[in-house]
Amino acid sequence: MVGVSARRAVAYETDNQLVVEGVSKRFGGVVAVEDVSLEVPRGSIVSIIGPNGAGKTSLLNMISGFYKPDSGRVALEGKDITQKKPSDIAALGIARTFQNIALFSGLTVLDNLMLGRHVRMKAGVLSSVIYWGLAQKEDIAHREAVEEILEFLKLQDLRRQPTAALAYGLRKRVELGRALASQPKVLLLDEPMGGMNQDEKEDMARYVLDVNQERGVTVVLIEHDMGVVMDISDKVVVLDRGRGIAVGTPDEVQRNPKVVEAYLGTAKGGAKA
Amino acid sequence: MSEDLQFTFALVLNGVSIGLMYSLIALGFVLVYKATDAINFAQGEFVMLSGLIVAVVLTVAGAPLIVAVVVVLAAMIGFSFGLERVVLRPLLGRPVVAVIMATIGLAAILRGLGPVVFGSETRAVSLPIGDEPIVLGPASLPPIQVVGAVAAVLLFIAFHWFFKKSRMGVAMRAVADNQQVAQAMGINVERYFALAWAMAGIVSAMGGIVWGSMLGVDVHLALVGLKVFPVVILGGLDSIGGALVGGLIIGVVESLAAGYLDPYVGGGTKDFAPYVLMILVLMVRPYGIFGKRKIERV
Repeated sequence: MVGVSARRAVAYETDNQLVVEGVSKRFGGVVAVEDVSLEVPRGSIVSIIGPNGAGKTSLLNMISGFYKPDSGRVALEGKDITQKKPSDIAALGIARTFQNIALFSGLTVLDNLMLGRHVRMKAGVLSSVIYWGLAQKEDIAHREAVEEILEFLKLQDLRRQPTAALAYGLRKRVELGRALASQPKVLLLDEPMGGMNQDEKEDMARYVLDVNQERGVTVVLIEHDMGVVMDISDKVVVLDRGRGIAVGTPDEVQRNPKVVEAYLGTAKGGAKA
Repeated sequence: MSEDLQFTFALVLNGVSIGLMYSLIALGFVLVYKATDAINFAQGEFVMLSGLIVAVVLTVAGAPLIVAVVVVLAAMIGFSFGLERVVLRPLLGRPVVAVIMATIGLAAILRGLGPVVFGSETRAVSLPIGDEPIVLGPASLPPIQVVGAVAAVLLFIAFHWFFKKSRMGVAMRAVADNQQVAQAMGINVERYFALAWAMAGIVSAMGGIVWGSMLGVDVHLALVGLKVFPVVILGGLDSIGGALVGGLIIGVVESLAAGYLDPYVGGGTKDFAPYVLMILVLMVRPYGIFGKRKIERV
């Protein structure tokens, strides 16, 4: 890939944590994603941008297992996960948030985060009945982990609140917390700042950076706010009408004429607009 | 207490105990609907099948009651588990009607096969509780209604605890709330579907014991399942508390209709009063007293 800084380029080539290779997905006759590839280096923030309907969320759905690609493959740390169930992919360490907030609205903030830890809970159905004590002990450890996240996201005062009662920006933050609760290797964020005001966006951007830098979580981000994307991303991938049209550092992508065309539709052959 | 009031009290008390026994059956229906969105038209047949199993183990095999209870619990858990795995899982993602038709078909099969396998005579399920009415203030109840009501209350308390406090219960609520997101949390949704059906099996087994004991066991026992619909429409298809309250209301309405209206019209109002109430509720609150509003749009 072009133009990534020299130090990083070496690391990238040797250590891509998540790799998407030429995936395609159509629904009936409609092409949602066509031969898109994505390399996500360990510890990086990679953003996927593109106009509405470019296939960004479809791509995320293929990574998290909700859609099975018609062709191509997805690999986490070298292991093919293309055909795995969403629940298994979550267990392997890929957590996500949703474009439209998808909290369990009848449950409290705490319960939502505890559910986020579901994949980390070892005691199964039978054993939690038989070895009641073991399950209890495990619960305490899980609870501690969740409390730490509540504190990190400054949600500790809201832990007993039903999520339906919270303000929009807070619900987005709870959803981030729920994804973090599983201690993911890779975090997929689908428009975490969508619909937020400027202050809320800055808070969220700060949290995403902290998650990446302090917690060492690799982040794949879909976001429309170009300011945020260009500020925090190590690498930007641009989709348009289901195809990847550019990849590179924020600077490179911004200067790429194809990207300008996709967004403004004014470059040569302007009839397309 | 005046004689009128005593009469009313007796009717209400009778209604409450019968109502709790309705709730018990409705609970099986609600558990499945809540977790899996499947409407089980065979709930009454589940109860009938349980009753048949208990009666046969007691009378034909001559086993003690505790053995019969263990057998019917195991059999019904196995049956519902198998049903989910073999019949319903392949229908996942199909239109709701497909599942409804499957359960209607299942109901017919069970009603037909029950007598073939277990014999068509009416069998008794005799519990060691005697026939002496239990006196409560100015009224009294047959002991089986007290046992049924207590069993229902205990099951409701158990399920309330399960859904509020246990890890699996909370996960099941998550599945009921949003299957896709539950999957993203690493929750194996299919496993919880199976669990919901198994719980419906447990509830049906209890229903079969108490209702079978009260009415005697033959193919007509399945008719108690019809009472499920006014109860769950009233309470809300997906609300466990609603099943409890809906059952109580239906039981009391039925009992009052039997006491106050039947003497004037020569009987029968008891049998349709719950459905009149059901239709009224559908007109005013289509999602029931405690149901989630979204049901309205379906």
